Parts: sequence; C-alpha cells; structure tokens
Amino acid sequence: MLGKTKANAPQKQVVLPFVKSVEIAVKSIKSRFFRTLITTMSLILAISFYSYIKTNSYIISGIFFSEDKIAIQKLSHQGYEIPVEGEKYTTTPKERWILFLSLLVCVVGIVNTQLMAVADRFREIGTMKCLGALDRFVLRLFLIEATLQGLIGASIGGISGAAIALLGALIKFGRVAIAFVNLNDIVASILSAVFLGCVLSIIGVLYPALLAAKMQPIEAMRGRD
Amino acid sequence: MMVTKDVSMESTNNIVRVSRVVKDFLMGKTKVQVLKGIDLEIKSGEYVSIMGPSGSGKTTLFNMIGGLDKPTAGSVFIDEIDISQLDAYELAWLRCRKIGYIFQTFNIIQVMTALENVTLPMIFAGVPDDAAREKGMELLDLVGLKKRFQHKPFELSGGQQQRVAVARALANDPAIILADEPTGNLDLSTGDEIIQLLKLLSQEKGVTIISATHDLKMLNVSDRVIWISDGKIEKIEKREELSISLGQIGGK
Repeated sequence: MLGKTKANAPQKQVVLPFVKSVEIAVKSIKSRFFRTLITTMSLILAISFYSYIKTNSYIISGIFFSEDKIAIQKLSHQGYEIPVEGEKYTTTPKERWILFLSLLVCVVGIVNTQLMAVADRFREIGTMKCLGALDRFVLRLFLIEATLQGLIGASIGGISGAAIALLGALIKFGRVAIAFVNLNDIVASILSAVFLGCVLSIIGVLYPALLAAKMQPIEAMRGRD
Repeated sequence: MMVTKDVSMESTNNIVRVSRVVKDFLMGKTKVQVLKGIDLEIKSGEYVSIMGPSGSGKTTLFNMIGGLDKPTAGSVFIDEIDISQLDAYELAWLRCRKIGYIFQTFNIIQVMTALENVTLPMIFAGVPDDAAREKGMELLDLVGLKKRFQHKPFELSGGQQQRVAVARALANDPAIILADEPTGNLDLSTGDEIIQLLKLLSQEKGVTIISATHDLKMLNVSDRVIWISDGKIEKIEKREELSISLGQIGGK
C-alpha cells in the first residue's frame, strides 16, 4: 500500500491495472453472453459481407485472368463487367455503396445495443464509482469489452465471409474459380476485415461509454435494476 | 431535547463536520430548497442514525456527507478537509479509502463473486493481489460468509448480499461507513442481523457509522439520532434520551 505523507490529506492515487481491467471485461462479457452475442451478431454480419465482397473480387479477377471462356461467359451473364485489358477487376460502385450502408447500419446497431447495455449497468457503474473508480476506469472497461467483441465478431465474420465466397465460387465455376486466387490476398482481406471490425466496434461503443464514464455516482445509484 | 449548535467545537476528533449546508434543486423552473442550513458534527467512532420522513432532505444530506453530491452553499468536512474543494481524483481517493458505502439495494456487482466484490476496492487502492485476497477472506469470515466466497450474487440471499456489501465497505479500513437504509430491503430478522453486525464493527473497529434509515430498530444501537424534517435538523437525541421519545412514537 502507498505510504501516507500527511495523516489525512487526500491523495490522488487510485489505480486499476490493465490486466485487471481486461479480467473484469472478460468476466463481464462471459456473464452477459447473450447480450454480447446480439451486439456481436450485427458486427459478424456486416464484416462477413465486407469479407465476402473483397474475396469475391479476388475470385472474379482470378477468373478473368484465367481466360477460361466458359467461366467468363458465366460471369458476364451474371452481370459482371469484363475489365479493360490490363486492368484489374475491383468491386463495383454499387457493391461499395451497399457495403458502406451495411457498415453504417452495423455501427448504428452497435450504438443502440451498447446504450441499452449501459442503461442496464447504471447500478454497477455507480457502485464502482462509489468504490473509488475514476471516469477513465469505466471508459477503459467499455473500450476493452468492445475491442474483444470486435476481435471475436470480426474474426468469425471475416473468415466466414471469405469461406462463403470461396465455396460459392467453387460450386458455381469449378476449380478455375480458385486456381488464380492468391492465398495471401485472402489472408490480407480477412485481417483487414478484423481490423475494420474492431474499429467499428470501438466507434459504436464510444458514445455509450463516454455517457457511462461521465455519470455521477449519485445518478447511477438512483437508477433501478 | 438537545441540539448541538456549538460553534466552538473541538475539531480534532470530528470525523464529519457539516457547516451551514444549503442545497437547492431545480424542479423545472422553480428552485426547491431541500436543505436549509444544516450544522452537524459527528465524532470519530460514533454510531449515528439520520431519521426523517421521505422528502425531508435526509438522503440529500446523506449524499453530501458521502461526497456524492455537492452543497449549493456551506461546506462538508471529512477529517477536516472541505470535500467540495476536492477534484475528481481526490474525491475518488476519498471514496476508495476513507468512506465505505452500504446501500439499500446491496449493489453487489453482479458479474463478480463475493470475494471479487470485496477485493475490488483494494485493487483500486493498489493493494497487491495476494494481500487483497487474504484480507478479503478475512473480511468475509468476519461477516460469516467465508464458505461462500466463490458465490455469485444471484446465489446469495438478500441478507448475505448485504453482508458482502458490509465486508466490501470495510475493504480499505475506512474511517466512515455510510449506510443508506441498509435494512430497507431485508426482512425483520435479517435486518436485525445487519444492524448487530454494524454495531459490532463500530465497537470493535472503531469505525464511524452513519446511516440514513426508517428502521426504528436502528435507533436502539445508535449513539445519536438526528431527526431531519423539512430540510432542517429538528432535533438531535442521544441514546439515553431516546427511550422516552420512542415510547411516544410507539404510542402514536
């Protein structure tokens, strides 16, 4: 324990080691598994869509690269535009627009569920503050929880999105679909999906977490269960 | 009937001193004065109950003493420190080390076990894990819940949860324990046990106990009872004087 310099002078030292905050965050996620699942679900869906679109674009450019007549014909029947000679196929503006919307909806969904979660935890936050927790302890707890949710949700979403795209293409076009797909590209797109997921999760929790952190203990104590 | 409004107090052993505290709340556009100038001194080791009907300003006064709310005018001193002058960090420190809170609704953190609840304030205070764990077990033993240290709140009865709360309040050896209607959500006999436990603590550990309460049983163990009515101190009674007025209440 810290030595007291003056007998009764108040000091400022209140601590919450990082390991401890992670421990508390994990505990909180575990014991609120169902709520966490709902928060994470919207993230899983949006991120798997992102990952699907990205992987799909690699598959399609791979097919164009293969110069397999039948497969290319199938593609143009499905409405994909054959890229100009020498250019790589990327996502279409429409795809990007839908992707943007889905990510936006995802963030709004996260903000919504996190606001609910904060309201649910008024009592807990207030109690912690009465026990000496600082605003930033509360903020940190929420951020760690969101990061963990982001990591887990986005990993599931990223991998499943890529897997669905690969499997779907394999079924539709046969082996030519994945013959020219670079594994590194897929891994990179999954990683970028995980990163994006964490960012979205943190953006979503920011406002609710600030609200929780700024709350006065007395307000929190007044809240009902 | 005696009212201590002695201004020339011997300030040394006053753990809490409330000086001309006024508190206004805004209700829409009208200003409501909830506390109308309260003077109060509480000595170290005392067991004090604050009584009063709802709406009397009892809870507001109680929150002021706990550093949970700031007065509109006047000051609250804890250990002769004006707590309205403290910044957020110092207030957190005060809440962590000097004051232990017990609530009507127990407020045990739901996701943590009994032991984790008790050790949390020690973690905030920077106590190493092992020491915190050891002390936590000691405290749970003290409140008679040693065997249940791994139980989650939903596995404990109301009385047991309140015992955990008492143990948690004691975690950092506070000078004051603030108990807001600690028996309000408990049945008569469990409430009695909590009251006895608090009394025991005040005697053995010399902790100052301040409780806001409606519970008349609380009066039997209090050294002094402060009656609040309409934002003012109506009267302060010592225990010796109490039996008479209690008889009056019973007779009503």
